[in-house]
Amino acid sequence: MRQSRIKWHIIVFLAPAVLVYTAIMIVPLFNTLRLSLFTEVDQERVYVGLENFRTLFGDPRWSESFWNALGNNFWFFFIHMLVQNPIGILLAALLSNPRLRFSALYRTAIFVPTILSFVIVGFAWKLILSPIWGIAPEMLDAVGLGFLYQPWLGLEETSLTTLALISVWQFVGIPMMLIYAALLSIPDEILEAGECDGITGMSAFWKIKLPLILPSIGIISILTFVGNFNAFDLIYAAQGALAGPNFATDILGTFMYRTFFGFQLQLGDPHMGSAIASAMFVIILIGVCFYLFAIQSRMRRYQF
Amino acid sequence: MSRTKLTAGLLATTMLVGTAASAQDVTLTIESWRNDDLTLWQDVIIPAFEAEHPGISVQFTPSAPAEYNAVLNSKLDAGSAGDLITCRPFDASLALYEAGHLTDLSDLDAMANFSDVAQSAWQTDDGSATFCMPMASVIHGFIYNADAFAELGLEEPTTVDEFFAVLDAIEEDGNYIPMAMGTADQWEAATMGYNNIGPNYWRGEEGRLALIAGEQSLTDPEWVGPLEQLARWGDYLGRGYEAQTYPDSQNLFTLGRAAIYPAGSWEITGFNAQADFAMGAFAPPVPNAGDECYISDHTDIAIGLNAASSNADAARTFLNWVGSAEFAEIYANALPGFFPLSNAEVTLEDPLAQEMISWRAECNSSIRSTYQILSRGTPNLENETWNASAQVIRGAEAPADAAARLQEGLASWYEPQQ
Repeated sequence: MRQSRIKWHIIVFLAPAVLVYTAIMIVPLFNTLRLSLFTEVDQERVYVGLENFRTLFGDPRWSESFWNALGNNFWFFFIHMLVQNPIGILLAALLSNPRLRFSALYRTAIFVPTILSFVIVGFAWKLILSPIWGIAPEMLDAVGLGFLYQPWLGLEETSLTTLALISVWQFVGIPMMLIYAALLSIPDEILEAGECDGITGMSAFWKIKLPLILPSIGIISILTFVGNFNAFDLIYAAQGALAGPNFATDILGTFMYRTFFGFQLQLGDPHMGSAIASAMFVIILIGVCFYLFAIQSRMRRYQF
Repeated sequence: MSRTKLTAGLLATTMLVGTAASAQDVTLTIESWRNDDLTLWQDVIIPAFEAEHPGISVQFTPSAPAEYNAVLNSKLDAGSAGDLITCRPFDASLALYEAGHLTDLSDLDAMANFSDVAQSAWQTDDGSATFCMPMASVIHGFIYNADAFAELGLEEPTTVDEFFAVLDAIEEDGNYIPMAMGTADQWEAATMGYNNIGPNYWRGEEGRLALIAGEQSLTDPEWVGPLEQLARWGDYLGRGYEAQTYPDSQNLFTLGRAAIYPAGSWEITGFNAQADFAMGAFAPPVPNAGDECYISDHTDIAIGLNAASSNADAARTFLNWVGSAEFAEIYANALPGFFPLSNAEVTLEDPLAQEMISWRAECNSSIRSTYQILSRGTPNLENETWNASAQVIRGAEAPADAAARLQEGLASWYEPQQ
């Protein structure tokens, strides 16, 4: 008897994940891409090819909103890369110091905001920063810095940065945990070998630990990128769908929501909304591909 | 064997009882954005209806105002929306009717109780079909802290100059924030700012219809005027008003920290419950003494029948009741500040509501300028007006520039303005 060529057990074991993922991720994704090629004329869905994208990028009103949202998205991402990830690495380096007391307490406290809902975080920070009820103006007054207080969430120049920093506060626990795990996995032998060669303290971090955690930093960067370009909840919870003031906090997510579902007297347009969603998908795809092919493939790996 | 039969018999009886009960008791579900009114519907309006119509029970299931249109559209497309749909005025509901989600209600007896103007917000452009039963309008004006006014010896202003004199006096005294409004949520700037004071400048319906006909443009002095007044408001708002939200403003006023609140009449119920000082109201001040006055008396809320409802007969019974004089009386007094649109004579017990409805006799009524037809295209004039009004109050854009931007946006898709 020859054994059957088809390995049924592989198919059976893969099936649940493949089916669920296909049904709730892949099908809607392709359906959105498909929807962006249609428009509605007199209650009828009509195929128009790339017309929606021509409007999105060609019509100055649409393209202005789109580039504004994309620019804001990049600024949002930039603040995260500049603040969240370095602080995450710093915290992880401090936590992994064996002489630090209460490190489990710090670790938990810093990680807790990550599990809070966006709505709670948005609302709490809105209250903290509120010019009327907030504790921010009083706290600044108490240390004699009251003149520094501004209604940061309401000013065009500062609102997006403020929201980005709120998001950093919420999510700094994630890079911290990933880096912390990576730091713990570095074998002591390597560090001891370095010590024998006279590399200790700060230089041990820069010369031994940092190169070894670079792959983790790469993963964190790409997670931050995808998370930031898909962001929506915090802006919506704090500033509403119109992403005020004067669209200063409008990112692709809120722009897509407004267009797709409509807002106040503006009726929803699922087809233009899908076109924006498709553009978001392509942007994220390009970013991820760039990371995979240009960065990750060149990264050196070390075997312990 | 006999046990199986018994079980089957029991099951059959249960099922029979079940169907009999459901044939008698119909439950109607109402979709609404008025989550503030939940208790009033549950405690006053629904019991009054159910007492007269045994066998029909009604459930009021509101969602958040800002999300209502999006939530409702998704529910209707998915077929999970309630039997009765609370209708926004004009295009949002017209689109629902044209998409076949709302039923033509022109043949309901109670529709005869409403004037053409009252029905206009829920009619097809040619007026052939009315698809929502009108419920109420809201009136704009200013609500003020009467105790504070008495303390500072101030009178209700009737002209714009008097209005700013009053604001200056309050600011000079320093105990109160002159006016409670913020620009964080943007819509107050347009709704309680621009469309509140505007009708006095563009002469109500006259200017509104001329704008729709393309005879006036948003850069004309009568349309820039209200923006110029708004530009002066910024100086009288509280510290950090740029980040002040709508609930913040309400609380500032009801806590007695601000003296004047640019209002819509829907605030009355909440303010009565929250404020422990005497309140008064004055109509939007006119630009020059002796000018005829105009108010925004906006057709705001109606209720329609979901075309996919399986309880259409019960729903029609409910809608006929909504159009009755009895409902107008209950609704107007349960929700002072939502003024009935029906021709029925209604007496209001609330003094603040009575004051605001009395302006109908002194001034000319109009509706919000951006609502009919002009917000059909992209960019949406209403949403642009939110942004422009907030920008002007913040001083980030000059009134003339904002007006030019609004006009350019409107002209980009609206033919009569090209």
